[in-house]
Amino acid sequence: MTKQGPRNDPPILELRGITKSYPTVLANDSVDLEVFPGEIHAVLGENGAGKSTLMKVIYGSTQPDSGEILWQQENRTIRSPALARSLGIGMVFQHFSLFETLTVAQNISLAVPGKLEDLSARIVEIGHKFGLEVAPDTLVYSLSVGERQRVEIIRCILQNPKLLILDEPTSVLPPQGIDQLFKTLRQLADTGCAIIYISHKLEEIRALCDEATILRQGKVVGTVDPKDTSTSSLARMMIGGEIPISEKSNHKNESKVLLKIDRLSLSSADPYGVSLKDICLQVNAGEVVGIAGVSGNGQSELMQLISGEQRFVTEGQGDLLFEGNPFGHLDPAERRSLGLNFVPEERLGRGAVPPMSLSDNTLLTGFSQGMVQRQLIVRKEVNAAAEKCIDAHDVRCGGFSAIAQSLSGGNLQKFIVGRELSMTPKLFVVSQPTWGVDVGAAANIRQQLLLLAERGSGVLLVSEELDELFEITDTLCVAYRGQLSKPMLTQEVDRLTIGRMMTGLGTTEERAAS
Amino acid sequence: MSRLRVEPRVTESVIAQYLVPVVAIVLTLLSGTVLFTFLGKAPSAVLYTFLIEPLTSRFGIGEVLLKMAPLLLIAQGLAIGFRARVWNIGAEGQLIIGGIFASVIAIHYNESESTWILPAMVFAGMLGGIFWASIAAYLRVRFNANEILVTFMLSSVALQILYFLVTGPLRDPDGFNFPQSVVFADSALFGVLIEGTRANTSLLIGLTLSVLAYVFIRHSLPGFKLSVSGAAPRAARYAGFAESQAIWLGLIIGGAAAGLAGVGEVAGPIGQLQRTISPGYGFAGIIVAFLGGLHPIGICLAAFFMAILYVGGDMALISVGIPNAATTIFQGMLLIFYLASYLFVHYRISFQGRAAAT
Repeated sequence: MTKQGPRNDPPILELRGITKSYPTVLANDSVDLEVFPGEIHAVLGENGAGKSTLMKVIYGSTQPDSGEILWQQENRTIRSPALARSLGIGMVFQHFSLFETLTVAQNISLAVPGKLEDLSARIVEIGHKFGLEVAPDTLVYSLSVGERQRVEIIRCILQNPKLLILDEPTSVLPPQGIDQLFKTLRQLADTGCAIIYISHKLEEIRALCDEATILRQGKVVGTVDPKDTSTSSLARMMIGGEIPISEKSNHKNESKVLLKIDRLSLSSADPYGVSLKDICLQVNAGEVVGIAGVSGNGQSELMQLISGEQRFVTEGQGDLLFEGNPFGHLDPAERRSLGLNFVPEERLGRGAVPPMSLSDNTLLTGFSQGMVQRQLIVRKEVNAAAEKCIDAHDVRCGGFSAIAQSLSGGNLQKFIVGRELSMTPKLFVVSQPTWGVDVGAAANIRQQLLLLAERGSGVLLVSEELDELFEITDTLCVAYRGQLSKPMLTQEVDRLTIGRMMTGLGTTEERAAS
Repeated sequence: MSRLRVEPRVTESVIAQYLVPVVAIVLTLLSGTVLFTFLGKAPSAVLYTFLIEPLTSRFGIGEVLLKMAPLLLIAQGLAIGFRARVWNIGAEGQLIIGGIFASVIAIHYNESESTWILPAMVFAGMLGGIFWASIAAYLRVRFNANEILVTFMLSSVALQILYFLVTGPLRDPDGFNFPQSVVFADSALFGVLIEGTRANTSLLIGLTLSVLAYVFIRHSLPGFKLSVSGAAPRAARYAGFAESQAIWLGLIIGGAAAGLAGVGEVAGPIGQLQRTISPGYGFAGIIVAFLGGLHPIGICLAAFFMAILYVGGDMALISVGIPNAATTIFQGMLLIFYLASYLFVHYRISFQGRAAAT
C-alpha cells in the first residue's frame, strides 16, 4: 500500500464475504470490508443498500448467514452488542436507545461506570469540548431529537472505543457543530480509534474520511479514497446514476397570506420545555418558508401549536390566523379539513402507528376523505387510498397491509408525506422531513415540497439541515431559545450568518426585534 | 459458564400471542394439580370435577351458561376500554349499581305484568353502569385522576350503597328484616334459555354484544380511534383523536356492559336485590378480557372457560371437599401466569453459552 498514514498497521476489523439475507431481500451479498486503526472509513449507500444490516453484523445485533469477521486479526463470532462493546466497538444509532424517564446522566451511567456526579462533570466537559452541550440532569423525554443524539454520541465517546460506528451523525447538528464533531472525530482517530462513518452527505465524506466503501443493493461496488474522487462520481457509484437535484423555479410569490402568527407568546407548562416569545411568522401561498435552528429551541412547541396537537386558546398571547381566521381552538382533524396538513418529525408513534398496517395508517388522518360511511370503515376505499399513496410515492414495502414499523425510515417518511399530500393541502407544515432519510428519498420529498409550492400552496419547513433549507426555501427564519428571527430572503443570506444565529451569536438586529 | 438473558424480540411473535392463553391455562392446571396433591386429594379426581364434570350434565351446562353470561358481557365491555389503555377495573361496582337501578324499577312496579318492565330494567341497568363509570371518566378527564384507583374504590362505595339500600329503603317490608328486597315478579325476570336449567336469555344479550364488539373494533371509526389511542397516544393526538373522548367512550362502554351484567343477575338467578349479587364477576371479567387476548372471539372462549371454573369450583366443594377459595386461587393463578407468559410476546430468553468466549 503506497498510502501513508493509518494503513501501515494490520486492520483492526476485517469482514470477509459477509452475506445476510432476509425473507424478501438479500441485504448483504458477500461484502468485504477492511478498517484500519486510526482510519475514518465511510460506508456510503442509499437506504436499503445494506449499510444498516452490515453495521448490525459488526455490532453483533444480527448474525450473518455466512462470512467471517476478523477483529484484531482473530476470527470472531460477535454474538451480541454487549460482546461488541466489550471488544471495544461503540455505535451511535440513528434510532436512539435511551430511557425517556431517566436523566441524561442516569442514561449514560447505565453504560459507563462511575459515580453520577463525576459522570455529570465529564458530560459537561465533553459537551463543551465537542459542542455537544446538554444538561446532565435533564430528563430525556423532554429532549428533542437533536439533543438525544448528542447524548448518544457522548455516551460512546465516554467508553473510549477502539472502533466507533456513527450512523448519519451530522444530520441534526448546526454547521459549527459539524466542524466541531469532525474535529472530535479526527482527534479520536489520531488516538488510534477507527471510525466507520455512515452518511450520504458526499461533501462531508470527502472532507472527513480517509477511505470510502460504497454499497449498492447489498454489494460493494467500490472502495475509493474520497479525497481523490469527485462528488459526482461518488454519487454515481452510490445510486448508479445522477443524484436528482430539486429544481427550484423562480416563480413569483403570490400575495395571499395563508398562515399568520402575530406576536405569539406561550409559556411552557413543561419545566424542560421552551417558552415561546413574541413569535411572528407569515407563510404566503406559493412560498416555501424555512425555520432553521438547532432542535430544542422552541420548534417543536411551535409546531404543536400549528398542528393543533397543542390547542391555543387563552393561556398565551397573540394571534394564530389561517387565511385570516383564528384557528387556535381547532383540533388537528378540523385543521386538516381546512387544508392545513402537518408531518411531524417523529415518524413512528406520532406520524404513524407503529404496529398498524399502512392501510390503517392511511385511515389515521384520511378518515374524512370518504373512507368512512356512517361511522363504519369502508375497507375498500382505505386500501385503495393506501395503495395509491404507495404507488405514487414509490414506497417500498409489502403492500398496504405492511406494518408501519417494518418499513425503513425513508420509506415510511415517503408514505407519511404522500399520505398528507394526497389531501392537497393549502398549507403544508413539515418538521425534519428528511432526517435519517436516504438521499434518493430526501430529494424526492424536497421535490414534492417545491412542486406543492409551485401549485400555489404554502410550505413551512422546519429543519436543522442548512443544505436542505438553502436548497428549497424562499424565506428563512432562525429559531433560538423560543424566539424567531425576522424573516430573511434565502438568496440574500449566507450559511455562516444563519449558522451563527442558530447558536445565538447573531447580532441583535438580526434577531427578533420586538 | 452459560447465562440466561431476557432480551426484546425484533418483531413480536404472533405464535406466542396465540400460545399465551393456552400456556397460562396449562400452567394453572399443573400448579393446581400440585396444590391438590399437597391437600391430599387425588389430582385427577379434582381436575375432573373442575373441568369435565360441569359439562357432563344438563344442569352443569346450564350453570356454566348462566355464569358465562355476566363474564362475557363484562369482559367484552372492558376489553374495548383496555384496547385504548383505559383501565377500568371497577366493573364490579358498575355491575352493582346497574343491578340496583334495574331493581328499583322491578320493586316499584312489582304488581305490574307489563312486558315493558324487563326492557326498562335493561335500560336502567345500563344507565346505572354508565353513571358509575362516568364518575371515573369525569375525574380522569377533568383532574387527571387515575381511573384504576377511582374505579376500584368506587366498587367499594357501590357495595356500601347496596348494603344501605337492602337494609333500608329497598328492603322487603314483609321480609322479617332480612337484608333483601321483595322477590321480583315474573315480568321482571329473564326467560329460561334451556328448559330445566337456570340459564337465561341474558346470555343472548352477551352474545349479541360480542358481535357488536367485533364490528365496533374491526369496522367502526370510533373503535379504530380507541385502538390508535391505546397503541400510540401521540399518533392519536396528531390525528386529532381527543384523548378525553377515548377515556369517556372506553369507560362508558365498560360501564354499560357491566350494568347489563348486573341486570342479568338480579333479574336472573337471584330474582331480587340482596347483599350479594355477584361472586366477583367484575374482577373475573378483567381476567377473561385478557385471557381472550382482548379479542371478541377469544373473549367468548375465555368466558366459557372461566364459567366452567366457577361451576367446577362449586362442584369440587361438594364432591371432593375442596375449599371454596379454590376458584379464586385458580383465577389468580390464571392472571399471574397469563401476565408472565405475555412477556414472551415481546421478549425472548436467550442462552448465552460458551459461544461468547470463542
